[in-house]
Amino acid sequence: MTPALRLEALSKTFPLGRTLFGPERPGVRAVHPLTLDVATGETLGIVGESGCGKSTLARMLVGLLEPSTGRIEIEGSALDKADPAEFGKRIQYVFQDPISSLNPRKTIRQIMEAPLKLLHGMDKGQRAARIAEIFDLVSLRHEFLDRYPHEFSGGQAQRIGIARALAAEARILILDEPVSALDVSVQAQVLNLLADLKARLGLTYLFISHDLAVVEAVSNRIAVLYFGSVVELGRAEDVFRAPRHPYTRLLADSAPVVGRALTAPEGRETELPDPLNPPEGCAFAARCPRATERCRAEVPKLSGNPGHSVACFHPFGPDQE
Amino acid sequence: MSFLALIARNRLALGGLIVMAVVILLALLTPLLPLAEPNITDTSNRFVRPFSEGAPLGTDHLGRDLLSRLMWGTRLSLAVGFAAALVAATLGAAIGIIAGYYGGRTDNIIMRGVDMLMAFPYILLALAIVAALGPGLVNALIAVAAVNIPFFARNIRGITVSIAHKEFVDAARLSGMSDARIILTEILPNVIPVIVVAMSTTIGWMILETAGLSFLGLGSQPPVADLGSMLGEARSALITNPHTSIVPGMMILVIVMAINLLGDGVRDALDPRLKSGALNRPLPATLVARDRTPAPQTQEGILALSELQTQFHVKDRVYRAVGGVSLAVKPGECLGIIGESGSGKSVTALSVMGLVASPPGLITNGSVWLDGEDLVGAPYATLRSLRGRKVAYIFQDPQATLHPLYRVGDQLIEAISSHRSISREEGRRKAIELLEAVRIPNAPARVNDYPHEMSGGMRQRVGIAMALANDPEVIIADEPTTALDVTVQAQILSLLDDLRRERGLAIIFITHDFGVVGQLCDRVAVMYAGRIVEQGPTRAILDAPRHPYTARLMACVPELGGGRRRLEAIPGLPPAVDRLPEGCAFAPRCDRARPDCTQGDIAFDADNARAVRCLYPVDQREAAQ
Repeated sequence: MTPALRLEALSKTFPLGRTLFGPERPGVRAVHPLTLDVATGETLGIVGESGCGKSTLARMLVGLLEPSTGRIEIEGSALDKADPAEFGKRIQYVFQDPISSLNPRKTIRQIMEAPLKLLHGMDKGQRAARIAEIFDLVSLRHEFLDRYPHEFSGGQAQRIGIARALAAEARILILDEPVSALDVSVQAQVLNLLADLKARLGLTYLFISHDLAVVEAVSNRIAVLYFGSVVELGRAEDVFRAPRHPYTRLLADSAPVVGRALTAPEGRETELPDPLNPPEGCAFAARCPRATERCRAEVPKLSGNPGHSVACFHPFGPDQE
Repeated sequence: MSFLALIARNRLALGGLIVMAVVILLALLTPLLPLAEPNITDTSNRFVRPFSEGAPLGTDHLGRDLLSRLMWGTRLSLAVGFAAALVAATLGAAIGIIAGYYGGRTDNIIMRGVDMLMAFPYILLALAIVAALGPGLVNALIAVAAVNIPFFARNIRGITVSIAHKEFVDAARLSGMSDARIILTEILPNVIPVIVVAMSTTIGWMILETAGLSFLGLGSQPPVADLGSMLGEARSALITNPHTSIVPGMMILVIVMAINLLGDGVRDALDPRLKSGALNRPLPATLVARDRTPAPQTQEGILALSELQTQFHVKDRVYRAVGGVSLAVKPGECLGIIGESGSGKSVTALSVMGLVASPPGLITNGSVWLDGEDLVGAPYATLRSLRGRKVAYIFQDPQATLHPLYRVGDQLIEAISSHRSISREEGRRKAIELLEAVRIPNAPARVNDYPHEMSGGMRQRVGIAMALANDPEVIIADEPTTALDVTVQAQILSLLDDLRRERGLAIIFITHDFGVVGQLCDRVAVMYAGRIVEQGPTRAILDAPRHPYTARLMACVPELGGGRRRLEAIPGLPPAVDRLPEGCAFAPRCDRARPDCTQGDIAFDADNARAVRCLYPVDQREAAQ
C-alpha cells in the first residue's frame, strides 16, 4: 500500500546571506535530510524541544516553505513546488494559536468559505451545505458563522481551525501543537474530537508537540527530533517506556510525573548546540553520559529494526533499564 | 464603545472635532453664503480695518473683502490638504504593503528608493518638484503628496511585515488564496486603522506645507486665494496693516491645531495598543474598598490570606476574579495553587503585594497577613519596602521581566539597591553570588551578559536570582516553568526545591500542571472560578481527590506511561467571572450535581488538613475505585 505521506531526504537550510566580501557562509541547517513514511490512518507523533526543527518541518510539509533538498510524496504523487494552494487540497495545517490563526476582521463564514471556493470552486449553495456538514462534525453551533474570531474561547477557536482544515478535504492534517495554548479541561475535548474525526473520516495525522504525555496518548508511532534530526522512531508504547536514545531517555525522565522524586536529570546547565556552529558528530554528544570519541567525530545514522530505530552508536538495549 | 464616544472621552479631541466640524461646514456652505465676490478689487477701499461696515474683517491691499477671501481660501486650503493626504496615504500605503508583504529583494529596492526620497529636506524636495512642474495649485498638491509618501510607506510597511507573518496569513495561503487576494482581503483590512491614524496625524501638517508653498508663490496663483497666498500677499503690509496677515494666520492656526488635537484623539481611539489600556497609568498599589472590618488572623503561617476578594470593575460589569480565598504558607513549605486560566490564581498572587492594576482592580474584602501585619490597605511606602524584600515574585516569562537593555548583573544590583544602599563592588560580588546560587555556570562572566545573550532557562534562573536578591521569606512563583522546555523545567524545579530547603523559603507555586505540583509541593489548593474548591496535602489530594472538579481535571490530563487512550474530557467551559452562577460554580459541568448545589453559598468544609467546597464530595471508597 502506498503510504499517505512519504518524505525522501527532505532537508531545509536557511541561507545566512553572504558578507560583502568573502565567501558565502554555509547557512543554518534547520532540518537535516529526513526520510520517513507515514501510513494512511496513522498518527505519527513528533516530539522535540524548542529549536529542534519541528515547525520548519511542518511548514515544508504543507508547502509554506520550500525544502532545500529532497521530495514530498502525498498518496503516491510527488509535489515538486512549494505551492500552498496545491498542497492545501491534500494536506492541511492546524495552528498552535487558535485565535491568531483566524483573521480578526473576517467572520467565521468568510474564513470557512475561502478553501471551499478557492480550492474546490463550489458555488454558494454547495458551500453553505458543506459548512453546515463540517460544523456538525466538529460540534459547533451554526450561529457562530456570523461572528468574529475575538468572540470565541480558545477551545472553540481551535474547533474552527480544525473545521477550516477539514473544509479543504485534505486527507492528512499537520497538527502543530494544537492543544498547547488550551486549558487542560479543554485540551481533552479537542484531543477527543481529533480522535473521533480521524476514526470517522479515515484521516492521517502528524501530531507535533512538546508535551510527551499528550503525544503518547494520541500517537501510533513517535519520532523524537533533536537538533533537526530524527534520533529515535518507534511505536508509541515503546518509545517512552523503553527509550533507546539517551536524549529520549532524558526527555522521559524530565517530564513531571506525580510521585516521582524531584531530581534534575542533568546536573549542570546544558544547552542546545549552536546552530551557527554545529558540532561534528552526534549533536547530543556534549550532553550525553554515554558519549565516546566516535560520537564526537561521526554522525550516527537512524538504524535498527523497522519497528524501533535509533540514531545512536551506544543505544540502550531493547530491554535494558 | 463607539468610536465617537471614545473620542469624546478626550476633551481636547472633542474640542478639535467640534472646531473642525464648524470649519468644514462653513467651507462647504461658502458658495451659498451671502459673501462679497472674493476676487473683485476695489482700490479705493484698500486696507479697511476689521469690523467696518460692509467688511467685517476688513479688506486687503487691493480692497478685496477679507472675510470672503478667508472663506474661499479656507475652502481651497482644506480641499488641497485633504486631497494631498489622500493621495499620499493611498500611494504610500500601497508601496508599504507591497514592500512589507513580499519582503526580500522587492522590499529592499522599494525601501531604498523611499529612503532616497526621505534623504532630501522635505521643503527643498517640494520646491524642486514645483520648480520642475511649474507653479500652480495642482502641482503644489502633487509636491506635498510626494513629499509625504515615504512617511506612509515606512509606517505601513512596518505594520504589514508584522501581519504578513501571522498565522492567519499562512492559513489563507493554505486555503488557496493568491497573493493579490491575501493583500486585499487579509492584510488591507488589518492595516486600514493604521492608515487612518497616520492620515489624521499628518493632514494638518500637509495643510501647513501647502500653505507654505502658496506663501512662496508656488501654489495658488492670483487672483485665487488660499490661506498661504493670502499670507504671502499680506506680508508687505505686515507692519502697517497687521490685520491682513492676522486673519489668514489665525485661520491656519485654528485649523492645524484642531486637526492635530482631533488626530491625536483618533489615534488614541483606534490604536489597538492604546485601546488595551497602555494610556491608563495604574496606581502604585491596588485600591482597597473593604466594606467590613477584617477578622483577626486565624491561620498560622508567615503569609496568610483570609477571605481575600479582588474584583475588576470595568464599566458596569463586576468581574469577581478572586471570590474569597484563604490560604497560608509556613517557612520552608511549598504550597501549590492549581487551576485553569481565569480561575483567579494569578490575581490572588498579585493581590498579596497590591500589584493588581488599579483601576480596574479593587480589593473588596479580606486580609493578607504577613508576619502578623495586615497588608490590605497598608500605605504604599510599606508595601514598597516589603515588595522584593519580604515577598518576591517569579513570573512566567523571564524575557518580559528582564530589561533588554541592561546587563543582568546591573539588574540584580538594582534589585538590591532599591532596598538598601550598596557599593558597586559589593553589589557586583553579591550579584555573582546570586547567579552561583541559582547554578549558573561561570557566573563571574555571565554577570555581564545581556538578557538576549542567555537561553530561556538561564533567563529564568536570573529571574529566580533576582527574587532571591534581598533574602525574601516568601516567594510567589507564577507559572515559572510554563514557557520552558521539559528538560529545562526539570532543572528549574529541582533548583527551587533545593533553595527552599537551604533557605527555609515559603513558596507559593502557581501552575496548571499536576505533575509539577506532585513533585514540588507539600500542599495544594485547587481553584475554580475565583475560589478554592479543594485544599490539602498534595499526596492525599492526588491519590484521592474529593471535589468532583479536581477528580475530573486530573482524569483529563494524560500522564506519561499511560499509553494511547481516550481522555475523560469535562464538558462545557468554566463560567465567566462576571456572571457566576449561584451556588457551586462547577455545578453546570458536574455529573454529581443535585438541585441544592445551585443554591446559596457552598461552605468550605474542613476536615483536619483537608478541606473541600462540595455538598456531595467523592468519598474515599469511590476515589479508590
